[in-house]
Order: sequence, then structure tokens, then C-alpha cells
Amino acid sequence: MPMRKVMKGNEAAAWAAKLAKPKVIAAFPITPSTLVPEKISEFVADGELDAEFIKVESEHSAISACVGASAAGVRAFTATASQGLALMHEILFIAAGMRLPIVMAIGNRSLSAPINIWNDWQDTISERDTGWMQFYAENNQEALDLILIAFKVAEDERVLLPAMVGFDAFILTHTVEPVEIPDQEVVDEFLGEYVPKHAYLDPARPITQGSLGFPAHYMEARYKVWEAMENAREVIKEVFDEFEKKFGRRYHMIEEYKTEDAEIILLTMGSLAGTLKDFVDKKREEGVKIGAAKMTVYRPFPIEEIKALAKKAKVLAILEKNVSFGIGGAVFADASRALVNEKEKPILLDFILGLGGRDVTFEQLEEVVEISKKALEGEKVEEINWIGLRKEIL
Amino acid sequence: MMAVKKPPITTREYWAPGHAACAGCGPAIVMKLATKAFSEAMEEKYGDPNAFAIVHATGCMEVVSAVFPYTAWKAPWIHVAFENAAAAASGVEAAWKKLGRKGKILAIGGDGGTADIGLQALSGMLERRHNVVYLMYDNEAYMNTGIQRSSSTPYGAWTTTSPPGKYSIGEDKPKKWVALIAAAHQVPYVATASIGDPYDFYRKMKKAASVDGPAFVQVLAPCVPGWRIPSEKTVEIAKLAIETGLWPLFEIENGDFHNIKFQRFPKDGKFKKPIEDYLRLQGRFKHLFKKPEAIQELKNQIKELWRILGKEVELP
Repeated sequence: MPMRKVMKGNEAAAWAAKLAKPKVIAAFPITPSTLVPEKISEFVADGELDAEFIKVESEHSAISACVGASAAGVRAFTATASQGLALMHEILFIAAGMRLPIVMAIGNRSLSAPINIWNDWQDTISERDTGWMQFYAENNQEALDLILIAFKVAEDERVLLPAMVGFDAFILTHTVEPVEIPDQEVVDEFLGEYVPKHAYLDPARPITQGSLGFPAHYMEARYKVWEAMENAREVIKEVFDEFEKKFGRRYHMIEEYKTEDAEIILLTMGSLAGTLKDFVDKKREEGVKIGAAKMTVYRPFPIEEIKALAKKAKVLAILEKNVSFGIGGAVFADASRALVNEKEKPILLDFILGLGGRDVTFEQLEEVVEISKKALEGEKVEEINWIGLRKEIL
Repeated sequence: MMAVKKPPITTREYWAPGHAACAGCGPAIVMKLATKAFSEAMEEKYGDPNAFAIVHATGCMEVVSAVFPYTAWKAPWIHVAFENAAAAASGVEAAWKKLGRKGKILAIGGDGGTADIGLQALSGMLERRHNVVYLMYDNEAYMNTGIQRSSSTPYGAWTTTSPPGKYSIGEDKPKKWVALIAAAHQVPYVATASIGDPYDFYRKMKKAASVDGPAFVQVLAPCVPGWRIPSEKTVEIAKLAIETGLWPLFEIENGDFHNIKFQRFPKDGKFKKPIEDYLRLQGRFKHLFKKPEAIQELKNQIKELWRILGKEVELP
């Protein structure tokens, strides 16, 4: 029987790692993710998890050790956030290019400067081009589930790409919620043993990994990563189905909430989705035709699902905790790509909010709705809106 | 019937012909000998000469040996990046442990990848006591990018980023000795070697591969284009480095600096050949002969190194 425990998001991630039985874990402490390796080292110390836990001297070495382990043919896991993920940046491309299905838990946190330990998504968003799949959890249960799902998808032979699972710093990493821990036997059945056919370092069958690719081959290698990421779309949906059958919880690329007759749809990721549902309920009571949507999978970007969502809305308001300087929010830019050749499309608006742990309040969401309503009525509004700025200190 | 003597170095090959290294490449000799030594050690220890995997830092030997779709490696081999061979090797070793696979991991990096950009990962790997041998092939500059100085470039040497000029004698800092840094981690085995004494290098690689836990070997490996030397002089120059006292051969076990073992050390501490014999054969030191004070400074630095190692020496 699945066990229910009250736990922090970081503990949920550690539990997911324990259930997935990676043979090698390499991690380095960083706020807000430190509890993940702490909890994992307890599991290892108590003999509850039979893994090598490498206490590396940096995040760069954490991911490098994971690459080494995964290339040697075993399941590997790590956890980090923010500066730690940025330090891994170089090796993230390599992990994807070498087709190593490493899974990483991220306590989504801002990037310096100024140094700030609180929540936004700048860390993972900034790694969107590395070839890693990206999942975002709304709550601690999702953090646990999505890590298991990430392993399953990553190790699928049609994919063989690494994956990161983000859950918001402090809002989830340090907040306790009830979490259902699946039965080990069912997880074992779901994930199976990882026995790669493409990556091993076995003296009985020596292969060379990490070759130099000349212009005659490099582009094809990159194309294969592209193809794998495209394949991941279907594989993720299959795995979501299988996950539901085994564990009873349903996941979607994009999960919609009261969107059926909505004129304005608020699209977001992560824990903000929970806030939006409450907010939508409140606005519905006031008679506003509004809905919300949560993007669970950011890479591969759910292009078809965005198109379908856009058909329902007159204004698609994107609420995101990141910024790509000189263009706007990354999700806004990506959603624009999804809709660019659609004959009919809603007005797309971008709302950058909640950076560096700034609370996202209902007052801020009211502002989002006000701007969206103006756009709906044909008034000209800004496409990129910074919400909740303290104008008095600018 | 003639008795067949066992060759002093195994005839097994892991470094195949067809790699793209320069004629007379010192590091290429290192690759060949190191893997052979590893193989013999693994055969003696585990009964399986192939019980090893190689993790290679970015650098000349990586680039010349693994151009897709070809490979010069007859052993399991992986390259990840420049600065992380030791970290990636830590991961491979951990995986092998969990797979129950017997053997040892050989990490290889040049001096740039080891003394500079990879030093942190190296320190971490040594400190965590992974069962890895880290082999630093020292050609004393960033040769793969076209001869830039590293912290392992010796005093006085020309490189493209330490050019001699009106206000420069060439490289103006003493060489950083990574072997001593490695030994300070108190790991089971640290050694220096030179391809000028292949049997000494071979023995040390075997020893490094045989000990339980981490080991570090720093081997001098002349670079033909980088040192401005004729391709047939590689080994001769590497030999002169030993004979002039410029390249100490030593072994330090468990960080015991009080009991350093030396090889090829003259009993009276007097080296017979002057370091000028070593310098003269190399274009990278050509300019020093117009600046005898710089050669004297280099000699002082070498004497100081020997003194730190516990030996008073005389350099002619």
C-alpha cells in the first residue's frame, strides 16, 4: 500500500531518487536544494538506498561524475539549483549530446546578481537549449511523481536524453505537504532496470564515447538530439498514461482549469498554478470569464497543446518567473513560436512577476486581469509587463 | 628448444596506429606505455589485462585519438570535457563499484587540463580516495590550442602567450609542480617520470595501477612543435631533462615527504650534464642564451626545488 507522509519538496525529491534506485548520486550543497543530498545520504547511511553517493567538490564535478557514471551504464541522479545549475551549464550540453539519461532535481531559484536564494525559474529556463527535458512541479507530490516519470522518459530508447524536474524554491522545497509515496514494487515495475545498449564502459566490449565530431558529422549528431526531443513528446504522453494506470495520478503536458468558456486564460508553470486556480475561482464568482493553465512540460515545448489552448482564449496571458533580456519572458517567446502561423490566435501578453522570491499576490493578479481586459476591449497595452515592481525605489 | 623470455613490456596494444599525433610526439609514447603498464598491472592483480577504462580530458591526445567515426583506443574510453576528467573518472569508478566490476580507472590529462583548469576536480578525486590513477602528461604548455603558457610551463620558456621581448625573458614564473600538490593529499602513490626513461615510467605506472586507491603520475612528454624540437629528439631531450637535474624523478607514498624515493639521482648530488645541454636543443629556450642571468635563475629555481625535496644538488 502506498504510504502517505508529510514532507518538504526536497524530501519528496529524495524519496523519488530512493524509489528510482540510481546506482550513483553525485551532489553538492546549494540553497534551496541541500536537503535533497542530505536526505539521500541518510538513506544511503541507513542502507535504505544501495548507491554510491559521491560528495563532490562542486556542481561542475557533480554533473561530470553523473556523466561518467551514466556513460559507464548505470542510472545516475543529482540535485542542484541556481548558481549550481549555471556552473553545470557546459556539461549539460555534453550529457544530452552523449545521450545520457541523467535525472536532476532543481529547487528553482534566481540567479545572481544580486545574490538571492529565493524562487524564480531563471536557473532552469536559462538551460532550455541544452537538450535536457524540463518538467515543472506544482506541488510536492508532483515533484516526486515527475522525477519517476522523468527517469522513465529519459531512459526510453526513442529518447535517451537527460531530464530536469523543477520545483519552486522554498514555496515547495521547504514547505511540508502530504505526499503519497508509491510502493517500491510498483515503481520497480514502472521503471525497470536501466540496461543501456548505447553507453557503457565495459572492458569486454570496448567502445569510445565523447568523440570529436568534424563538420562532416557534428550536425547530424545535433539533429539526433533534436529528433530525440521530438520523440519525447509522444513518449511523455505514453508515460503519463502508464503512470496514471500504475499510480492513479494523471499528468498532462498542459493542464487546464476552467478554460472551457474563458475569454482570458492565465498560463503559468510550477507552484503559481495553485495560486491561479484559487484566483480563477474568485474571479469566476465575480463573473469574469477566466481560466488557468499549467505547463508541466516545458522542454519539449508543448506546441500542439499551446495551439489547442489558444483556440479557447481571446487573451492568453503568460505569467512567468524569468526574463530573457531584450525580448521578454522565455515562455512568452516560445508560445509565440507555437502560434506564429496560426490563422486565428488570441492576443498574447507577457507578465513577468515573482522574481527572486517576490510574492505573487492576488493584487498583482488583478493587475494582470485588468491589462488583459483592456487588451480584450481593443485598447493598446504593453506586450511585456513587469508586475509587482516597487516603482518607488526604481 | 629456445626459451622465450617474457618481454619487459607487454606486447598487448591499447593505443592503435592511425592516430593523428605528430611524428615524434612525446605524449603519444605516454599513451602507449601507460596503457601497456596498466594492462600488466591489471593482469597481475585481477587476472584480467583489460580490467580498466580510460577517462580523457580534452587536449591533444584526446583530439588525435577519437575523431568520429574512428578511434585509436582498444580499451573502453570516454572524453567529457577539459577540466573534469578526474570528476568524470570518479563517476565511472563509482559505477564500476556498483556493477561489481573489478579493475581500475585511468584518467588522463595534459598539464593545462591538470595543473590549471582541472586542478579542483583532481583535488576532489584524490581527496575522496577514488580508485583512479590520474596521469598528467606534461608537455609544459597548452599545445592543443597552439602553445600557450600553463602554470606548468617552465621559467624562461617561450610560448605564444609568454613571448620573449624587450621587457620579457619569456615565461617569468617558476613551474608549478602538480605532483607535490597531489602528494599533499596523502594519497597512496605519487610519482614523476619522463619518457626519457621508459622503464622507470612503466614501472611507476604499474605501481600506480596496482595500489588500492588514488594515484598520480606526472610524466614529462616533449612536444615537437611546442618545444621547437626536431621530431627525432623527443626521447633524447626527455632523457637530458633527467640527466641535467632539471626533472627530478621521485615517488611519494601516502604523502610522506620525509621518505621520498628518488630515481637516477647522482650519489654525490652532482649532476654531470649542464642544463644548457637540455635547453640548447629546444627552440623555446633559444633566447635564453642571450640572457645568461635567466639561465642562472632557472638553475636557482631547480636547486630550490631539490632542496624542498630534501636534496642539496650541484648543477654544473
